[in-house]
Amino acid sequence: MSAGWTREQMAARAAHDIPDGAYVNLGIGIPELVAQFVPEGREFIYHTENGLLGMGPPPTEEERDLDLMNAGKKYVTAIPGAAYFHHADSFSMIRGGHIDVCVLGTMQVASNGDIANWSTGAPDAIPAVGGAMDLVQGVKRIYVITQHTTRNGDPKLVEECSYPLTGAGVVSRIFTDLAVVDVTPDGFRLVELAPGVSFEEVQQKTGAPILPQE
Amino acid sequence: MINKQYPSVAKAVADIPDGAVVMIGGFGSSGSPIELIHALIDHGAKGLTVVNNNTGNGEVGLAALIGNGQVAKMICSFPRSSQSKVFPKLYREGKVELEIVPQGTLAERIRAGGAGIPAFYTPTTVSTVLSEGKEQREFNGRPYVMEPWLKADFALIKSDSADPLGNLTFNKTGRNFSPLMCMAATTTIVQTKKLVDRGGIDPEHVITPGIFVNRVVEVSEPVHEDVLIAQERRYP
Repeated sequence: MSAGWTREQMAARAAHDIPDGAYVNLGIGIPELVAQFVPEGREFIYHTENGLLGMGPPPTEEERDLDLMNAGKKYVTAIPGAAYFHHADSFSMIRGGHIDVCVLGTMQVASNGDIANWSTGAPDAIPAVGGAMDLVQGVKRIYVITQHTTRNGDPKLVEECSYPLTGAGVVSRIFTDLAVVDVTPDGFRLVELAPGVSFEEVQQKTGAPILPQE
Repeated sequence: MINKQYPSVAKAVADIPDGAVVMIGGFGSSGSPIELIHALIDHGAKGLTVVNNNTGNGEVGLAALIGNGQVAKMICSFPRSSQSKVFPKLYREGKVELEIVPQGTLAERIRAGGAGIPAFYTPTTVSTVLSEGKEQREFNGRPYVMEPWLKADFALIKSDSADPLGNLTFNKTGRNFSPLMCMAATTTIVQTKKLVDRGGIDPEHVITPGIFVNRVVEVSEPVHEDVLIAQERRYP
């Protein structure tokens, strides 16, 4: 077995850092897995941008309502105690600082907390931003879950994002397959290494200096 | 006695002119007013500016309206999805213009349009290319971007229930942008699954008050975009 965390383990590690009672918004991809790993004794309330607080797991065939979706356009359920609301209320929750934690995937994240996760900026790319720019500006804590490097082995944790920014200086903590890394005023700082991974390996695969654990 | 009921979706959209700005409710397939959109395709108005979060899926509903060459410009937050092929093709061919707006800003611009607020400041897009050329101002030491209201000539909306005064309720996340769009359009056209009598909706449960609604058509068994796509249907 190779060193490091699986996608599920990354999601579980991120869930570990979300406090009991938090209102949480999960991005598409690995962040969605966080909902499967709520630590024993805690409750998170999930918000989805398209107007639901109290999002539950995917429905059975019988439960499915074609109008009940999450922001990723997947069918979901609503838990007892859930609430529906329109888009302006939904983004008031986001922009107004009422959501505690947002977990996002990313293309790049920089040591100053900049995040680039909406466009490669390629000339033929069709820009599609969704709610990402609202989330990074408004949610109290922005967590990122991402593989430490791209498929080509390029670092995704960088000195400066080369892709167009989603927001500047907004990310607080990053969960990768190799480590948990904080964004601090002094740059990246290691919080925890995945099993079998060395600090040297993390540093070598990161595009900016990483400070050792405090 | 006020009665906003219209006999058919065709009659309800018959006066939408070429070049109109049309807001269409829905988030992806949920809450999408397919029958009204298809009536607009039959009606044939062209050169439309359409406001929706997305650009439709498959070859029905909004995607079919775009595919039929009736849309000159889309204002949306997320113009692609796994099943959207019509818009990307026409966009790359330069046949349809795109204004990309972050989702929360899109919602608030529509709300502002309905609320009589010509512009507002938001932190969204600060330090990004989407704020280039826009007025910025600091409040309490933090930069904000000015965004203008967004209004429409018409809104096409799907509701769960409606009464003859235009009071509306919605179904779950099918609500999304619809209550905002009802406020922001000069003429709001609603297709409703259930048309109830006056008093049939508890005033405490009204989501959109009828003052924001002009026309109501009962479509008691609406088709759903996801079902049409699964059946590989096309419109027309």
